[in-house]
Amino acid sequence: MNPSGIEDKLAVNKFDIDKERHIQIKEDICRTCEGYQCTYACPADCFKLREGHITFSYEGCLECGSCRIMCDKEAIEWALPRAGFGICYQFG
Amino acid sequence: MNQKFDAIVVGAGPAGCTCGLILAKAGLETLIVERGKFAGAKNMWGGALYGPSLNELVPGFWEEAPVERFILRHRYSLLTEEASLSTEFTTKKFGKPPYNSFSVLRSKFDRWFASKAEQRGAVVAPGLEAEDLMWEGNSVTGIRAGGDELPASVVVACDGVNSLLAEKAGLRGKLSARDMKQGVKEVIQLPRQLIDQRFNLRGEEGIAWEFIGSFTGGIPGGAFVYTNKESLSVGVVVQLSALVEKKVSANDLLEDFKQHPAVENMLADGKLAEYSAHLIPVGGKTMMPTLYTDGFLIAGDAAAFTLTTGLVLEGANSAIASGKAAAETVIRAKQRGDFSKKSLSYYAELLQKSFVLKDMETFKRAPRLLENPRLYRQYPELVCDLAEKIFISDGEPRKRLWKLFRASQKKRVSFWRMIRDFLQIKRSI
Repeated sequence: MNPSGIEDKLAVNKFDIDKERHIQIKEDICRTCEGYQCTYACPADCFKLREGHITFSYEGCLECGSCRIMCDKEAIEWALPRAGFGICYQFG
Repeated sequence: MNQKFDAIVVGAGPAGCTCGLILAKAGLETLIVERGKFAGAKNMWGGALYGPSLNELVPGFWEEAPVERFILRHRYSLLTEEASLSTEFTTKKFGKPPYNSFSVLRSKFDRWFASKAEQRGAVVAPGLEAEDLMWEGNSVTGIRAGGDELPASVVVACDGVNSLLAEKAGLRGKLSARDMKQGVKEVIQLPRQLIDQRFNLRGEEGIAWEFIGSFTGGIPGGAFVYTNKESLSVGVVVQLSALVEKKVSANDLLEDFKQHPAVENMLADGKLAEYSAHLIPVGGKTMMPTLYTDGFLIAGDAAAFTLTTGLVLEGANSAIASGKAAAETVIRAKQRGDFSKKSLSYYAELLQKSFVLKDMETFKRAPRLLENPRLYRQYPELVCDLAEKIFISDGEPRKRLWKLFRASQKKRVSFWRMIRDFLQIKRSI
């Protein structure tokens, strides 16, 4: 049975996970957000709404840039992982 | 001070490899930097490469490049929740060299492409990220990468849709979600024989199958299935802004699509091998950045050179052609010893003469047309409903086609609105 959830799908990918997170969110701004655009925009489900707070995990990031474009509050400090880290597509 | 290159190309995708290959071939000292562990590590696409531009660069490339299959069949399907209506085009021509298009997986393909540039004398540096530009006055004079300064007469930004260099050079503002489509894709492994049987293929033949319809819930976009040698590329491509407005994720749409009766059996027993995502710049001419400045050029997705016509969504061919135009511009600039903005304006001249900007001009209205939600819901429903009424035998007296059409149409869209949509289609594509 193939996975349908994002987390399980990401588990088949190859990642070289850095110790440092490449994207930072400004939680004080996120607290004032009502749209939670990032949670729908992120294809890797890196942004989650938990008890009214946005949480972010960088490990499964596919580096697509959607969150950066969608966040209209400029609460995301977007960068790419350091060279050699992050997603490493085997098929693409 | 490090060795000064004639040109530094940032990004080893189709635009960057093309540009680097041509520059090195002409004898210019060329460095291609790539932030992935290897060329292709960060790259994905739907999966079809149209051949002519690459064939010009590497004649007969399909003999040596890791292409998956040549595309013999193009199938289009309109889906409603329960039904589908399909049409397929195939011609013997597409099954003979130079072929028309190929299914390609980027991780292998880009590595091959970068190795071609390397063979021609370009220095390819994977695992190196261009973190910033170096400046002297208003001129770009190189890049900062891996804590080093790397000087060059010109920097060519082929760093993809999110091009941070285009931004740092001040040539592009913030991207708009309305101009972006998000593609999410699964590579699903299946035995070769099973793929051949299910899709009516033999040998190296492949199919490119595109879908629009109810599974996107009215969001502009569609889905695709491409056959690789021993896997399928299955994905959806949807407007980023509309995803968020409708509060759905692309993965949910992909899951709905995969369960559609027209699709489900094709994927049965396949094994997920990879899940990937990428943005596609689809805004056309209006979202293009300024293409050059002193010592700096932009090519490929970074310059938003994507052709969107509704039936075609194509970036790689333009990437290759723009990489070539950039290289020719740099070679000319080197001969003149002038890398100023004025000298590099030759790039825009070349692009205007090539299909890259000509096609974008011809189809400049297409991006807005494709935002029409009726294309994704009402019209697929209308034709599927009509087909159902034509095929169904339910003991009721039959009606003529026009009457059936009017009945289906009236339920979904007014006649005048339909005429207006038709005129918009005619004007746009």
